[in-house]
Amino acid sequence: MTERREPGVTDPLRILGAPPPPAGEEGALREELERALFFTKADSLIGWAVNQSRANSIWPLGFGLACCAIEMMSTLGPGFDLSRMGAEVMRPSPRQADLMIVAGRVSLKMAPVLRQLYDQMPDPKWVLSMGACASCGGIFNNYAILQGVDKIVPVDVYVPGCPPRPESLIYGIIKLQEKILASGVELGPLWRRSPKKKGAA
Amino acid sequence: MTPLTPERIEERLRERFRGVEFRRQSGEAVRDHTLHLPAGNLVEACTFLRDDPELDFAMLSWISGVDWLPREPRFEVVYGLLSLSRAVRLTLKVPVGEENPRVPTVTGVWPTADWLERETWDFYGIEFTGHPNLVRILLPEGWVGWPLRKDSPLGYEEVAFTHNTPDREKPSPGLRKLGPKKVRYRAQ
Amino acid sequence: MTLNMGPQHPATHGVLRVAVELDGETIVKAQPIVGYLHTGMEKQAEYKTYTQSIPQTDRMDYLAPMSNNLAFCLAVEKLLGIGPPPRALHARVLLTELTRLASHLVWIGTHAMDIGAMSMFFYTFREREQILGMYDQVCGARMTATYFRVGGLAMDLPADFLERVSRFLDTMPAHFAEYEKLLTGNPIWLARTRGVALLSKRDAIALGVTGPVLRAAGVKWDLRKSMPYAGYDQYDFEVPVGEHGDSFDRYLVRLEEMRQAVRICRQAIVKLREIGPGDYRLRDYKYVLPPKEEVKTSMEALIHHFKIVAHGFFPPVGEAYQAIEAPKGELGFYFVSDGTPKPWRMKVRSPSFTNLQALDTLVRGGLVADVITAIGTLDIVLGEVDR
Repeated sequence: MTERREPGVTDPLRILGAPPPPAGEEGALREELERALFFTKADSLIGWAVNQSRANSIWPLGFGLACCAIEMMSTLGPGFDLSRMGAEVMRPSPRQADLMIVAGRVSLKMAPVLRQLYDQMPDPKWVLSMGACASCGGIFNNYAILQGVDKIVPVDVYVPGCPPRPESLIYGIIKLQEKILASGVELGPLWRRSPKKKGAA
Repeated sequence: MTPLTPERIEERLRERFRGVEFRRQSGEAVRDHTLHLPAGNLVEACTFLRDDPELDFAMLSWISGVDWLPREPRFEVVYGLLSLSRAVRLTLKVPVGEENPRVPTVTGVWPTADWLERETWDFYGIEFTGHPNLVRILLPEGWVGWPLRKDSPLGYEEVAFTHNTPDREKPSPGLRKLGPKKVRYRAQ
Repeated sequence: MTLNMGPQHPATHGVLRVAVELDGETIVKAQPIVGYLHTGMEKQAEYKTYTQSIPQTDRMDYLAPMSNNLAFCLAVEKLLGIGPPPRALHARVLLTELTRLASHLVWIGTHAMDIGAMSMFFYTFREREQILGMYDQVCGARMTATYFRVGGLAMDLPADFLERVSRFLDTMPAHFAEYEKLLTGNPIWLARTRGVALLSKRDAIALGVTGPVLRAAGVKWDLRKSMPYAGYDQYDFEVPVGEHGDSFDRYLVRLEEMRQAVRICRQAIVKLREIGPGDYRLRDYKYVLPPKEEVKTSMEALIHHFKIVAHGFFPPVGEAYQAIEAPKGELGFYFVSDGTPKPWRMKVRSPSFTNLQALDTLVRGGLVADVITAIGTLDIVLGEVDR
């Protein structure tokens, strides 16, 4: 399988899927800025509070592609209510969503669109790959289907099934909530180092 | 109305188009009434089939390409016609060669052929002369190749096992052994 | 101005992109761009045996999975020249009409939700959960059933299935009354759908449109009545036909089709009860798997089972096209066989693909909001459009 995470990395930004910083002077500057960010561990009070609020109000992006989308709609429907888990509204716009549920097979024509939507989502963001086709290509191993959405976006939770039952999807969301509750929290820079200090403009 | 038999359809076509060879496809399991005709007569024959009040093939149901790779001519374009008033189907087949695959378009006869012919172009590379907008429809623009041709590969991705990934001697380092897991649920 | 309604938008019909050219608020041209869900099913079918391709068909029109299974199995059976035994025949009709009901329920729910009436979604999905529970009982999967096989069914109906369906059908008239009360007399619904997205009879036939869209335009054409298949000639039902060809007529046609589907299901239950227990697959072991009891006792059956599972059955050289009246329109499969267990060509005549061409004709001269209404009333499923 493709190696998405380097072993031994504990830096939360890396674990959360941010790309490694570019090398060279610009990279060093960026590293400095990033270290000025205020990190808390998950079991400190602020971290706990932030994680609780992030986990309990995940707003999914409505990204239903194929048959899994219908099961996702059933999960939001009256039988298996997803808003119990906090996913009350399914945002149509990526700018307002924090979870992208890739529900369905991703064709090669759709893949750049998916990447663009992922890039448009603000941090923190998570990706849940729903179904076999999104996780690994599913029953379609041919020229037209991307064999797994983790080739283009970092995935946090995989929910297998074809399509997964609504209960499976809810379990996947619960697992994601556990992951969020256990993750390190980055709150944003409290101050910025002046660039002149390193001699860079 | 008396039911429209295949023989009657062929009779009408032959009396209208004398000299054009309409060959009926025969075979053990050819379950539909299928006629072969040359590409040059396609549009005229379709117009006649649509406008004639006895035949009244008002709807074009489907268009398909078929690639008979080792055989000559290589391609065939198959048209499925439907007569609503007579409740009869007819299949027309036009043979197309490999070097210059071209067939006149029937969008003038049935506007529905627009997308159907685009799909056949997309899959097989058969050009429909006179088509208003012959571009790819299902595959991404800029895709090179004609996927449904028999010499195009399926595009199968080999599933990576240890035996077919050369530099993989043992399982990847990120893979941990599954031991008994202490699960703590949120409700606890 | 060109407005792009991108592949990701909340009208949950899937990944459809429409490039709309506007003059103010009036639409000059609306061009649908498809292919964002292209799956290569037709190419893949050439590499799999006939039975191995049946699961693919579920994923085409995923709102009416057993309908697609039926079309596939009927086309292969036409090629082989066989048919299912009576119990399987009527069970297929029963399940296909339940599928039609499920598909139209999703249609009403999502169409109303797109137009703004959000509660319909919850009502219809409540009913749909019942039908999915029945699917689950009969074949193990909620949605992608793959229940029909060439020559019959994959496994027999469970013992209490007919009772369960019967009880469900008894509750449906009350639900239909609910939907009518919510929508039919509703002035907002009427304003959004009456006179919107008109399609004339001539245009409909010229554009190859089939299904409820064609019937709402005034053409009395339903394959179940005009070119019957799979035993539908033994059933007594009516085909609703509209007058004006606008969205409101399509809504009425589909609502009436749901009622007729319930009627057909009731007749199918009566027939199944009359026939009683029996064969659910044809006993033609050249093409169809023998029952397990025989496989364990008879040598010939064992060999047939082995051949069919290991290689697939060998159909005669030829071709066949069979179409059914799916909930979306005329769904047809065209097979070209070269005598080997894998088809030489499988072509899917997909109703949504052909119906979607009519989008331009439907919305020209209308307003932007009418594009949503039009996409909704065409009842397209992108899995089927793109295959």
